[in-house]
Amino acid sequence: MEKFENVSGVAAPMPLINIDTDMIIPKQFLKTIKRSGLGVNLFDEMRYDDDGNEIADFVLNQPAYRNAEIIVAGDNFGCGSSREHAPWALRDFGVKVVISTSFADIFYNNCFKNGILPVVLPKEAVDALMDDAGKGENARIAVDLNNQTVSATDGTVFGFEVDAFKKHCLLNGLDDIGLTMQKVDAIDRFEEKYTETMPWV
Amino acid sequence: MSAPKTIYDKIWDAHLAHEADDGTCLLYIDRHLVHEVTSPQAFEGLRMSGRTVRAPEKTIAVPDHNVPTTLDRVNGIENEESRIQVEALDKNAKDFGIHYYPVSDVRQGIVHIVGPEQGWTLPGMTVVCGDSHTATHGAFGALAHGIGTSEVEHVLATQTLIQKKSKNMKVEITGSLRPGVTAKDITMTIIGETGTAGGTGYVIEYCGQAIEELSMEGRMTVCNMAIEGGARAGLIAPDQKTYDYVKGRPHAPSDADWDKAMTYWKTLFTDEGAHFDMVITLKGEDIAPSVTWGTSPEDVLPIDAIVPAPSDFEGGKVDAVARSLEYMGLEAGQKLTDVAIDTVFIGSCTNGRIEDLRAAAAVLKGHKIKDGMRAMVVPGSGLVRAQAEEEGLANIFIEAGFEWRMAGCSMCLAMNPDQLAPGERCAATSNRNFEGRQGRGGRTHLLSPAMAAAAAVTGHLTDIRTFEGAA
Repeated sequence: MEKFENVSGVAAPMPLINIDTDMIIPKQFLKTIKRSGLGVNLFDEMRYDDDGNEIADFVLNQPAYRNAEIIVAGDNFGCGSSREHAPWALRDFGVKVVISTSFADIFYNNCFKNGILPVVLPKEAVDALMDDAGKGENARIAVDLNNQTVSATDGTVFGFEVDAFKKHCLLNGLDDIGLTMQKVDAIDRFEEKYTETMPWV
Repeated sequence: MSAPKTIYDKIWDAHLAHEADDGTCLLYIDRHLVHEVTSPQAFEGLRMSGRTVRAPEKTIAVPDHNVPTTLDRVNGIENEESRIQVEALDKNAKDFGIHYYPVSDVRQGIVHIVGPEQGWTLPGMTVVCGDSHTATHGAFGALAHGIGTSEVEHVLATQTLIQKKSKNMKVEITGSLRPGVTAKDITMTIIGETGTAGGTGYVIEYCGQAIEELSMEGRMTVCNMAIEGGARAGLIAPDQKTYDYVKGRPHAPSDADWDKAMTYWKTLFTDEGAHFDMVITLKGEDIAPSVTWGTSPEDVLPIDAIVPAPSDFEGGKVDAVARSLEYMGLEAGQKLTDVAIDTVFIGSCTNGRIEDLRAAAAVLKGHKIKDGMRAMVVPGSGLVRAQAEEEGLANIFIEAGFEWRMAGCSMCLAMNPDQLAPGERCAATSNRNFEGRQGRGGRTHLLSPAMAAAAAVTGHLTDIRTFEGAA
């Protein structure tokens, strides 16, 4: 996985609450056996009409936001299915940070496995950043993972919390499986004892 | 003496394989269920890194999302991408030596129905699958939840998952349900109460008399939609019904192992005085037959209610409801029972079990579906289908005008050819009413199997309590 670098730039405002994984990447694109190439279908049904033409009002079709690396979203972003195609599509489009008051659990975890930082901030902070993001190219939102801060255009700084292990993996581009494999002795020991006490499993 | 524990605490502690200084835990996984949509990239990852499946004997695969449910599916899958995905699972199951129920096997079906049916799911286990409705298995007093594809690869390679412990939530349903009210109505009413993010960060334990009185099928329906409330998992302490359901199934323990397992399973309850971070209590008698009107599972009301207005809500929900009503083609103030339906879907991991089919057939007996109605029943597994045929339920469905399908996820998520066209309106026993879920522009109303059957007959959303001929 690529190392997570600080991000600074325009942010796409998506104030709708409960943006679900079916909106992020509709089911017809889950038939792939690859992880790549889903960016073009990110938010497909909101982004394109029935004939495949871009819907001009949709935020990522507007000139200011076509290359946005940050999304500021309404509450409970990523609810619904466990499909990792959702963060794959976001990352393939170029999104590296999503900011919201809350995320669905599975989506939140999936982001970290794919170099995306989901930032949880209080409602007032998300509202302020949403307004800022609405200014298009006149706004510059900066996200610093190391210092755990998001800075608005006017210099207001919002601190955020993130699990230390997840942060470490993201900053260093570490593969979880490789890290767990280093603990294989502990797993072996556990399994041996467990199999003895619960032979039916 | 140690502090009192919840059942979730107990299962967590029993599976903690490693805890790092920063609190990051490795949780040991007892059952890993796999389907064709969220696994190909994980198996590919194993191959590329030269890794193997650590515990193939604990890994069970079945294709369900993409498979056609028409009888002619023996001739193969027409859609090329779907076919490639199913073939990839065939190959991965063979190459890595995991248990497999191919499309041609009578035991094939929706992974969350096959797992319990075959006795893979047992009390006290940790069960994961690259599918959010893995919560279903919580009905057995197992800790079961959905994971992403990277985590699927992690479990395949290590039989563990990196986890942080969730908080404990208790949802108690006191008393009994009134006639016509089902497990589906319980679970939808809870989501209406908590909202779709209300459970975020929690594992829910469902308890109380109304839960105890449910069959195992009903308990699976309740736990299935824990994810729609945002919870990591939902579970129910095992009791005699659980043991009776499990006993004798192909992969359930027997003889001395059974006795040993039973001794352990009987310790799986929440201790007196255990701490819950949140408690929700509902009266069983207050729960009504329910239906969704919007595009989020939290948009749920009793069937005798009216469609709400955006102004009935606050904050971000105001715009969301305005958008929902436009998408759903509904007007505020309209009676829900006046909403006309053109499609009925009975099936899914929420309501595709034998009891669900019995409930729908009981309503349909002696009735015909309305002219022009498209109605289908998709059993949750080949064995559910066979049992329904043996019990004469299939004939009732066919005589009423329903299509009697083969097993799969089907129109719950419309990855196979079973889809809604734009503007079509479906009464569905599935679990999600998101925009486009059952097909682009399709409109979904979630409800119980009995209410879906009644809607197929009347042509509109129908209160099962007043449906002519209802029990």
